[in-house]
Amino acid sequence: MPPAACLVLLLAGCGGNQNTLTPASSPARAITQLWWVMFVGAVIGFGSIVLLLFLGWSRRKRPGLPGGGSERRETGLVVLLGVVVPVIVLVALFVYADVFVMRSTAAPKPSSTAMTIHVIGHQWFWEVRYPGTRAVTANEIHIPVGVPVDLVGTTADVIHSFWVPELNRKVDLIPGRANRILLESDRAGRFRGQCSEFCGLQHAHMAVAVVAEPRAQFRAWLRNMARPAAPPRTAAARRGEQVFLAQTCSACHEIRGTAARGTIGPDLTHVASRQTLAALTIPNDRAALREWIADPQHVKPGVKMPAVPLGPGQLTPLVDYLESLR
Amino acid sequence: MTAVDVAPSEVRRERLGRIWEHRPGLLGWLTTTDHKRIGLMYLFATLVFFAAGGVEALLMRTQLARPDGDVVSPNTYNQLLTMHGVTMIFLFIIPLTTGAFGNYLVPLMIGARDMAFPRMNALSFWLFLASGVFLYSSVFMGSAPNAGWFNYVPLALKQYDPGPNVDFFALGLILNGTSSTAAAINFLVTIFKLRAPGMSLNRMPLFCFAILAVSFALLFALPPLTVDCAFLELQRKVGFHFFDIAHGGDPLLWQYLFWIFGHPEVYIIVLPAFGIATSIIPTFARRRMVAFPLVAMAELLVVFIGFGVFAHHMFATGLASVTLVFFAAASMLVVIPSTIQIYAWLLTVTTGRPDFKAPLLFIGGFIVFFVMGGLSGIMFAAIPFDQALTDTYFVVAHFHFIIFGAAVFPLLGGLYYWFPKVTGRMYHERFAQVSFWVTFAGTSLTFFPMHIVGLLGMTRRVYTYEPQLGWNAYNLIETIGGFVLAAGLLMIAGNLVVSRFRGEPAGPDPFFGGTLEWTIPSPPPAYNFAVIPHVTSPYPNWDRADRDADEDRLERGELVLEHGHETPATTEQDAWLEEILEMPSESPWPLLLALCVALAFVMLLWSHPVVAAVFLGCGVLTLAGWHSDEPVEA
Repeated sequence: MPPAACLVLLLAGCGGNQNTLTPASSPARAITQLWWVMFVGAVIGFGSIVLLLFLGWSRRKRPGLPGGGSERRETGLVVLLGVVVPVIVLVALFVYADVFVMRSTAAPKPSSTAMTIHVIGHQWFWEVRYPGTRAVTANEIHIPVGVPVDLVGTTADVIHSFWVPELNRKVDLIPGRANRILLESDRAGRFRGQCSEFCGLQHAHMAVAVVAEPRAQFRAWLRNMARPAAPPRTAAARRGEQVFLAQTCSACHEIRGTAARGTIGPDLTHVASRQTLAALTIPNDRAALREWIADPQHVKPGVKMPAVPLGPGQLTPLVDYLESLR
Repeated sequence: MTAVDVAPSEVRRERLGRIWEHRPGLLGWLTTTDHKRIGLMYLFATLVFFAAGGVEALLMRTQLARPDGDVVSPNTYNQLLTMHGVTMIFLFIIPLTTGAFGNYLVPLMIGARDMAFPRMNALSFWLFLASGVFLYSSVFMGSAPNAGWFNYVPLALKQYDPGPNVDFFALGLILNGTSSTAAAINFLVTIFKLRAPGMSLNRMPLFCFAILAVSFALLFALPPLTVDCAFLELQRKVGFHFFDIAHGGDPLLWQYLFWIFGHPEVYIIVLPAFGIATSIIPTFARRRMVAFPLVAMAELLVVFIGFGVFAHHMFATGLASVTLVFFAAASMLVVIPSTIQIYAWLLTVTTGRPDFKAPLLFIGGFIVFFVMGGLSGIMFAAIPFDQALTDTYFVVAHFHFIIFGAAVFPLLGGLYYWFPKVTGRMYHERFAQVSFWVTFAGTSLTFFPMHIVGLLGMTRRVYTYEPQLGWNAYNLIETIGGFVLAAGLLMIAGNLVVSRFRGEPAGPDPFFGGTLEWTIPSPPPAYNFAVIPHVTSPYPNWDRADRDADEDRLERGELVLEHGHETPATTEQDAWLEEILEMPSESPWPLLLALCVALAFVMLLWSHPVVAAVFLGCGVLTLAGWHSDEPVEA
């Protein structure tokens, strides 16, 4: 089937790092394999139907009056093709997909894994906590390569859905529930995911990154995350901290080790260590951060962060301060 | 001497024409109870809503043509997204299939002179129109529903959506539901009681079986939706806590009730299309439908099983495994009635002598798209795959192949097929075939690449996307496809409009169709059948001897019912003649009642319950008028 072959090439070759066809963990591989099996089945099924349609087309415009034709043989064929064959195929698919693949994508039992991560959905960012440590971050989840992690998902407001296609299926974050999935990667890398349940104005800009890294590197990262923010070292950064605390910033954001204890927005204790801002909407550099603070509604219309009127004398030190929070 | 020249049959036709004559002018349309006029009003109204829903879709596609698009704001996009879904489902396809096609065709196919409850039929239409105007008034106020057509809580609660947007949604759907419920009851009674003598259930056209199945589905599927919307309004307006976890409610309650409606809904959408396919195929394949009883049973079975699959919309919500497996098994089971029908259609075509005129071409396209959407549908019964690909563009591709490819294509074929019956003129065949290929290409281009971007991780309901994700080219193709599709639809509209005025006269039966509507003149007279036909097979128009016998009975005046608005009632199963029913004539009460109810809903929207109660009281008064005796017309 040449068109099918083309499609395979097309699918495998392209796409960013949010691609269901380039799995990086055993559950994701099981799902991708399930897809390819079903795809081949679908091509065969579709081909047989198109063949029958062409058979009809080839018999078009033959002369003759309407009539009965033989009923028994056709009815028999309908029963064979429309009942017997599909029942066999569907039973096979059911056993394969809904028993075996389901087992390999099942959520881990509570405390059956060495590590647990809590992800809390917010309009429109992901709060990430590492139970047993003080580490809190947002939108970038670090995990050690090859270690199964029990991801427990909840929400602070509306329903969100956590999905990192290359690592596993998705799981909805629903008020009053704690849903879990297995998060695991068998190679180092940065895997993109995105909120998959419509959650309002900025549903499109609620992405998440999972960073899988070697264990030693992960442990160092986690130790750093658990620490409170280091006191600012330069004069500009000290002024920035004062701006942060004096303005409304601290009402929504927490910077551990300071008086800023807000819980509405993401924890900023180590914000400079993250690669992106605003749930992967913009890169985390001085220019983007400056633009974001000056006019968040322009960058991400509808975002809960208000534009705080700051003079250039306040904005520059504030950026200095935030970029020092490694 | 002159009396001898006029045949008695002509005298009888003329007398029937006088008895069933419409009131002239606009007032005649506003007070009509004629199922054909009501069907046409449904058709025109739904086509206007279809155009609106189509424009919404094209705006969204324009926004998504490029990454980081800025054609519309996120807020506008979410309103477009919601209104597109609500419009296409509640204001286009259900009222078009049942209201327009069902209303126009069911009485003609079963040999009746009208629906069982003609005034309730008019009420259904006016309530439907009111719900459409109600919902669209929100667009002009800039606060259209914006929480998606699925309207999940807590996003749809006052806390996160404080404007009247969601109130328009909830109240509009309750109003719309009353219309569909009334229509469903009307179809059930009409199909069970008004079939022509001799048309036992096993001789009933498969289109009527489809409408029967849909009516049952509507009757049982709509109450959960109505209850859900009522709960939502009680929470939003009065402060109840149905969905509020802190007070013992549960946001998943919304999803359960919504999908108990929402999945049977899919079959409500596609079944009339199946019925149209089973009407068109025998005519153009020039043979009886293969496995007729199996197909009839499959149509009913799909509705029954369709009530047991709803939780597959909730596979990612963290339900228990045993629940998932049950609903996955049911979702696989529901495939069987569809495969029966697909092979019955295909074998009818291949063993017949098919003539691929435009209507059959559209059915061919329908089969291709239905199989495509069906195969991707089966994939969603594989739980882990569903949990991965749900809420991506793969789903959008899947259900557009079902709802547009499988449901709308037969409707387009049906528009061509029954156009000569309704207008008395032929459409332009060559141009119709070209319009098919343009529409077919447009549909494939628009929806097929969505499978691929879905697999590449593109989630649904996003107003924009980033350029580095590998989705750009596919999205551009989809947008181009959308405009090709729109061009194809405009070609169909142009063909039908021009043919309405310039088309060749069609005669009563241009395609040699098998069912009863082809036995009467085109367009049908107001009284439908001059003599109530006697039916001995599922394809009565192919039984020439029976039709000649009808002519003789018209001459003799047997079962002509020429003394008033009358139609016969028969037994439910075997269609033995039971009694002659007196049918109501034109009436202003349905329109007035619908108006009172609609105004009550407007007042509920603006939180004036007392005024709403007053309008409902007025509605009760109109019911008194409704049930008072009608003046007897000479």
